[in-house]
Amino acid sequence: MIEIGLGHYLTLGAVIFSIGIIGIFLNRKNIIVILMSIELILLAVNINLVSFSMYLGDLTGQVFTLFILTVAAAEAAIGLAIIVVYYRNSGTIRVEEIDKLKG
Amino acid sequence: MIAHAIFFYVFSIIAVVSAVMVTVSKNTVHSVFFLILDFISISCLFIMIGAEFLGMIMLIVYVGAVAVLFLFVVMMLNVAQQKNQWFISIENSNHIPIGLLISVIIFFELIIVIGGWKYKPDLFDQGNLSIVNDVSNTHSLGMVLYTDYIHIFQISGMILLIAMIGAIVLTFRQREGVKKQSYLKQISRERAEGVEVVEVASNRGVKIDD
Repeated sequence: MIEIGLGHYLTLGAVIFSIGIIGIFLNRKNIIVILMSIELILLAVNINLVSFSMYLGDLTGQVFTLFILTVAAAEAAIGLAIIVVYYRNSGTIRVEEIDKLKG
Repeated sequence: MIAHAIFFYVFSIIAVVSAVMVTVSKNTVHSVFFLILDFISISCLFIMIGAEFLGMIMLIVYVGAVAVLFLFVVMMLNVAQQKNQWFISIENSNHIPIGLLISVIIFFELIIVIGGWKYKPDLFDQGNLSIVNDVSNTHSLGMVLYTDYIHIFQISGMILLIAMIGAIVLTFRQREGVKKQSYLKQISRERAEGVEVVEVASNRGVKIDD
């Protein structure tokens, strides 16, 4: 309990990952909160990578955390741009009303 | 060691509570603020574990760029008033129990993975350790990032460039009725069409622009 090891960090990552998945299922009304939950999931993955990297003494995990950070930033920018365009075109971003692709 | 444990528990409790608040908060702006708090506490954990470069990069990228982007979009789209009415719609849909079930299953799978790793730690080859203790974290990261991982580094730069171009192309629009400079028209203007020499008849004047 006092000795903080790898298991503590991995447990923290697992908890945040699960909270992110719960957030995706819970917030079916608000697409911006869904994007934030995806950011939480990526953050949990980063925690896992960094803690493994530090405890195993291998720098590869931290390098890949950098790339995950890059991809997460690009994904957030593109996703928010799509949301802005959709709001401009149809006047709503409520998830249950986004059904244009249903045909 | 006790201080390390105390700091770990404080930061991780803050991180977990703010992650919960991101998902259940009724106001989207509050969700963004809790997301910022989450990122800050996780980056404190990174700095505590020894990955100080990644902690600082997390602060810069997430808090400085991504969270501000979220805030801008939330303010622009005026969804702060749009409440997350998930608790109202419980009775007519069954996605919340299914979501809880799936997340609990995933959580216990991850915990089982952690336990298995703890009981068999020689699963990993710890032979080639690349972390050298006499240089800083940033130094050692820089030494492998620009040599061994240079191609992935450049590909991630390309991903950022494509994301930037995509975001600009998506949100760019040409508005009607906005007066703008036309650079091409300005620089392609010649003396012959700009200046006209008119023969003025005496005592009658000249009429321009007819």
